[in-house]
Amino acid sequence: MSLRNESDWVIESQKKWLNFNLPEVWAYRDLLKLFVKRDFVSYYKQTILGPLWFLIQPLLTTFVFTLVFGKIGGFKTDGIPQPLFFMAGITAWNYFADCLLKCSTVFKDNFGIFNKVYFPRIIVPFSIVCSNLIKFGFQFLLLISMMFFYLKCNVDIFYFGKILIILPILIFIMAILGFGFGMLISAMTTKYRDLAFIISFVVQLMMFTTTVAFPLSSVQHQYHLIILLNPMTAVIETFRSFLFGTTNFNLVPLVYSLVVAICIYIIGLLAFNKVEQSFVDTI
Amino acid sequence: MSDTVISVENISKCYQIGEFGSGSLRNDIQEWFRKKKENLNEIISNKNWSLKNVSFEINRGDIVGIIGSNGAGKSTLLKILSKVTSPTNGKIKGKGKIASLLEVGTGFHPDLTGRENIFLNGAILGMRKKEIERNLDNIISFSGVGKYIDTPVKRYSSGMYVRLAFAVAAHLESDILIVDEVLSVGDAAFQKKCIGKISELSRIQGKTVLFVSHNLNSIRSLCNRALFLEKGSLKYDGNVNEAIQMYTEGFLSDNETLPFSDFKTEEKSFIKVEQIAINNSNRNPVKLFEGNNSLDIEISGEVFAEKFVSFEFKLFDKDMMPLLFYSPDHYEGLSQKIMPGKFSLRQKVELPKQINKGNYFGSIYLTDPGFDYHVKFENAINIQIDGYPTKSGHVFEYRNGAGFLYLH
Repeated sequence: MSLRNESDWVIESQKKWLNFNLPEVWAYRDLLKLFVKRDFVSYYKQTILGPLWFLIQPLLTTFVFTLVFGKIGGFKTDGIPQPLFFMAGITAWNYFADCLLKCSTVFKDNFGIFNKVYFPRIIVPFSIVCSNLIKFGFQFLLLISMMFFYLKCNVDIFYFGKILIILPILIFIMAILGFGFGMLISAMTTKYRDLAFIISFVVQLMMFTTTVAFPLSSVQHQYHLIILLNPMTAVIETFRSFLFGTTNFNLVPLVYSLVVAICIYIIGLLAFNKVEQSFVDTI
Repeated sequence: MSDTVISVENISKCYQIGEFGSGSLRNDIQEWFRKKKENLNEIISNKNWSLKNVSFEINRGDIVGIIGSNGAGKSTLLKILSKVTSPTNGKIKGKGKIASLLEVGTGFHPDLTGRENIFLNGAILGMRKKEIERNLDNIISFSGVGKYIDTPVKRYSSGMYVRLAFAVAAHLESDILIVDEVLSVGDAAFQKKCIGKISELSRIQGKTVLFVSHNLNSIRSLCNRALFLEKGSLKYDGNVNEAIQMYTEGFLSDNETLPFSDFKTEEKSFIKVEQIAINNSNRNPVKLFEGNNSLDIEISGEVFAEKFVSFEFKLFDKDMMPLLFYSPDHYEGLSQKIMPGKFSLRQKVELPKQINKGNYFGSIYLTDPGFDYHVKFENAINIQIDGYPTKSGHVFEYRNGAGFLYLH
């Protein structure tokens, strides 16, 4: 009986350059769920306030932003109540930034596991994106309840409903953008440790090159392009415009963001695929 | 009815040693320029082949022991088979689901309960949720953790932790099981249980098992075939006793050419052992005559931080079965702090004079008793004992009789 015909699996040195790995990820879907659960449980175990921390963080940030940029700085907010304006920006930005930062340490944090067991490595950053999505969900609900509180139930329900249509697209862009950047950086940090220090700082700075603290409409025209270069700008702008019913929705920047996100994701995946084969030997 | 489940074809694995991923961009750019200027040969010479053209086939139901000294390539081979790392050259073809156990409790999260960790660890090892649920009761009862199953594992004793972890692995629904040295943890009763479980998996469920261990007795009792690796090459494939004999002989001849200090198997960064001398010699074998079984051990080196350092010694027989554990500081609480700088330790170990004639191995450790090992010299010393002549003049050998003469 010939072995060749009956082989279930083959281990070889060369592998595919770009490996989306979908069938394997599907086979390990239970592991994905358990990783999400683990992240979630370990996050609030042995804290007094538990999952409330998901909400305290954006509330405090919103408070500081309102005080500093809103009251002291006198930033315009497109006629939207200042806390709502800032909170919307912060919620969206945080999802992207958390995905990026957590994904960027995947290899370093999981060396112990990766060195001993095989499973599709991509599961780990994927689980990070998923558990952050749950966090985003809580923060989004907080935002909605704040909206009802501020606008005294004076929300245009029809317009509001549209956010549910656009939201999945926005989440998709934010997720794969954070995922892609995170994978790229985690792959690079296996070789250059310096990057790990730079990245949290860079993410913080990047927040000021997008419209978290100010609306695009308040930016002088010659700087629009610079601000729109940040792929998160279109996401945050669209998020706000659908949430609050302002009419400045523009499709072109959103498509640009989507294209950038997909490109970053593919580049990140390429780097990740390359590193996952050899990093156990080199780290 | 030979039914091949794994076919390894010319597997090689090369690690780059020396300058690799210096960790900063500047160094890498400098390195790149240096390499451009100099010839390419230097880069190749930096390569270290930890496996060279290894080929073998494994049939369904085999229990294969893999033996070899440290650095022979055993772990690399298992890592390649478990897909943790990929081979540099060659190909492995196989049939059936592989479960590999290079470590027990991989991915255990201290904050999760025993039950939650069973699911997490099982999933990491490749089990579906349904499989775990089906085996849950068996896993819990095998682990003996019982009523603590809903307690976070960080409150477990290390024994409970290991038992639970092995219980998960033992219930993997796989066709091929790869086990690395995991049985060296846990107490004797548990090890026995594990060995029993592995042989049951193979005999009753027809699983194929690949098994790495330094404990030659467990290889002998468990395996029906052995692979002997030496310096990355497959030296022997076949009969278990034959392989073990080749291994121990190789071990002895190897031992005679190098000083003791070259047999370091582990060393922490804050300590550096430079010299070991036993009875004023720094080379194997150590010969003990006429019941004068004392070892005068001198260790010198340097520590770079203030540490508790004390001395431990273990004696093993030829099959790596532990016989004696010498650790005076452990039970008398005498361990002393050593200040940064050069140090020199001198310790006299009096072995019982009634040890039978034979070849033994000794391991030397510097430890902080009860906390951690600083330096290990695992099986570094080859001790040849002359034996204790009885009144009739007969000398008992370890092989043919007991380990010690009991005189009273």
